[in-house]
Amino acid sequence: MSYEYIKIGSEEKAFIAKVEEISGQNVYSCYQCGKCSAGCAFSYKMDKTVNQFIHLIQLGQKERTLDANTHWICASCFTCTVRCPREIDVAALMEAVREISLRENPEKVRIADLPKESLEKLPNIALVSNFRKKTG
Amino acid sequence: MKIGVYVCECGSNIASTVDVDKIVEEAKDLPNVAVSRVYKYMCSDPGQELIKNDIDEYDLDKIVVAACSPRMHEATFRSVLEDKGLNPYVLEIVNIREHVSWVNSDKDKGTEKSMALLTGAVHRSALMKPLERKKVGVIHTALVIGGGIAGIQAALDIANMGYKTTLVEKTSSIGGKMSQLDKTFPTLDCSQCILSPKMVEVNRHPNIKLLSLSEVVAVDGYVGNFKVKIKRNPRYVIEDKCTLCGDCLPVCPVIAHDEYNQGFSPRKAIYISYPQAIPASFIINPDDCLGIDPLICTKCKEVCGPEAIDFDMQPEIIEEEFGAIIVATGFAPYPIENIGEYGYGTIHDVISGLDYERIVSASGPTEGKILRPSDGKIPETVVFIHCAGSRDPSKHLPYCSKICCMYSTKHALQYKHIVHNGTAINFYIDIRTAGKDYEEFYQRAAEEDKVIYIRGKVSEVLKDGNQILIKGVDTLSGETVELHADMVVLATGITPSEGTKEMASLMNLAVDINGFIREAHPKLKPIDTAIAGIFIAGTATGPKDIPDTVSQASGAASKACGILSQDELEIEATVAIVDDSLCRGCGMCAEACPYSAIEMQVINQYGHSTRIAYVNEAMCKGCGSCAAACLNGAINQLGYTDSQILALISALGGD
Repeated sequence: MSYEYIKIGSEEKAFIAKVEEISGQNVYSCYQCGKCSAGCAFSYKMDKTVNQFIHLIQLGQKERTLDANTHWICASCFTCTVRCPREIDVAALMEAVREISLRENPEKVRIADLPKESLEKLPNIALVSNFRKKTG
Repeated sequence: MKIGVYVCECGSNIASTVDVDKIVEEAKDLPNVAVSRVYKYMCSDPGQELIKNDIDEYDLDKIVVAACSPRMHEATFRSVLEDKGLNPYVLEIVNIREHVSWVNSDKDKGTEKSMALLTGAVHRSALMKPLERKKVGVIHTALVIGGGIAGIQAALDIANMGYKTTLVEKTSSIGGKMSQLDKTFPTLDCSQCILSPKMVEVNRHPNIKLLSLSEVVAVDGYVGNFKVKIKRNPRYVIEDKCTLCGDCLPVCPVIAHDEYNQGFSPRKAIYISYPQAIPASFIINPDDCLGIDPLICTKCKEVCGPEAIDFDMQPEIIEEEFGAIIVATGFAPYPIENIGEYGYGTIHDVISGLDYERIVSASGPTEGKILRPSDGKIPETVVFIHCAGSRDPSKHLPYCSKICCMYSTKHALQYKHIVHNGTAINFYIDIRTAGKDYEEFYQRAAEEDKVIYIRGKVSEVLKDGNQILIKGVDTLSGETVELHADMVVLATGITPSEGTKEMASLMNLAVDINGFIREAHPKLKPIDTAIAGIFIAGTATGPKDIPDTVSQASGAASKACGILSQDELEIEATVAIVDDSLCRGCGMCAEACPYSAIEMQVINQYGHSTRIAYVNEAMCKGCGSCAAACLNGAINQLGYTDSQILALISALGGD
């Protein structure tokens, strides 16, 4: 891990503040017990486990956070939220990162361009999140 | 009248945000001030000498010190006055550190506020009067509530110092939770082997009176003179006659769960909780026994050679007086059935830490073989889940229960010692080994006994056939872990026991947010409570291991003996006094008093019987609540009379 990685400058702070503002959670409540990752039904699909993902947010690592697929795999089943011993609404954190990702890149996915077969396979939450980018 | 004013710089603590030289100069112009000085550390020896010399030189009769909180150095400066023959109660302390410099960064405003406070104090000081401390006698007997290791140690220490001690225990035997443990970390010595000699000593000690099956039901009085009512529940077996022959056991027709073995073995309605129990006597549990109404069954009574059984025993109330009280009422394990996802109570082979202690114990239900409860087979894989209830502010306990890392490590190590080919896995969040030889013990478990540690909290425990499926995570590799185990042991957290809660409410002891009894000061008075003469020991104040519990118990015993060894105690002179002619007997003061120090009395006044308030000076803490509540101004607090406070306020207000 390089020194740059743990530098928490204005960019990092702005990212943390944005996630906290959208989600209404204090990301530093997380003490990395891992119960969220342990109970997540889709952990095996995630390239960063849920607790690793939260750790990246705690360090303000915007790029690494948005590059992970964790928030897109999340199905918002709320198991993590219900079981978190520190009362963090983990699903809200996931949603916040999805929001940030979409607001910055609203044209990442154009639904109109997707073939019908793909649309049928996509989870509803993905479509809803995608439309929400339009709401600012 | 001559008042001396002394302003402390407290290094830079005060001087950095208060212009001390300025207020010293201005103070010289205040009424009655004969001398005004500043010094770097007024509490130091040279600082005290400065005041003493001035008392001689200027013939001072009142002293005002502007420094830190009176909680810090009031006693120091009072002794300065006493050394010079002044009454200690003509000292006034102005707190310009906690109340001004530490909470303010603007030097001008800090100086202005300090000067205002100092002016008020000088005006109040002029009205202060010498006060006399009264003395009360002391009863040279101690009461220890709770017969676990804390209570046992405290009672033994007091008794060995030569004072009579009454040890009250709620259950049928002393020994507490420690008697249920198999081995103790980090030395792995047998819990019973180190505990039972102390229990025997309690039983034999001429200075200790042991009351088992007893509960404290009322506490009145004050330091040195507590009046206590103790309810003694019937044992239905006469302790002195019972010879522990056991002839009653085969004839008793009732079978119940054995509480000592956490319900894993049967016992009769007449039983002894474990062989080393003290008092060494059987007991009949009235809830299980058929024959407390002897028409139904008297089988045990018929076979009892020494005629020790008495169905007619009744509860009795014992009233005694004590000089000091030690509360050692202990803990209860957290009810882990509340953690639904861990399956305790629904999955047979998910057990608690205390359950495991009995299963692994040679005196337990399986005679020391590790067998799982559902089918009595030896489990090949055992998972130990740390923080079962602890460190979970969202639903369970917000705090760390302190001992679980160590006892789970001990459990895993014991398992490996007995089942050599077995697999022991600890799921942990953080390993906390802050104790002497604890870290080495943990390393030994991992290095020598190959106990596996996985860092991650388990999310869910599910039944899968005759095995248990554990869904966890290894946060260090970032991978989820699903594995099957034959038995799961939950590292149960610690909560205040029912007894702890009851005693706290009975004696008006302050409790913290989690229900543990609050110390008078978390660092410097960890054994005292807010009530003089009542001390605390062991897990009643919070999670603790055995060494800490025993040390605290010895500390409490020594504190108690500090009271018992006095013939009389001086009590604070700043108590409330009632002006009989103004009191109209409304009783609002008695209601306002948090220490139950005021009671309403009927006296004969000019031939009429009138109800007036009476202040028990030994119980009064001088808080002033009554003086504030009294509508007639009939109660005044000595040292803080209405006239003094009004002088201070008018000086602050300017006129």
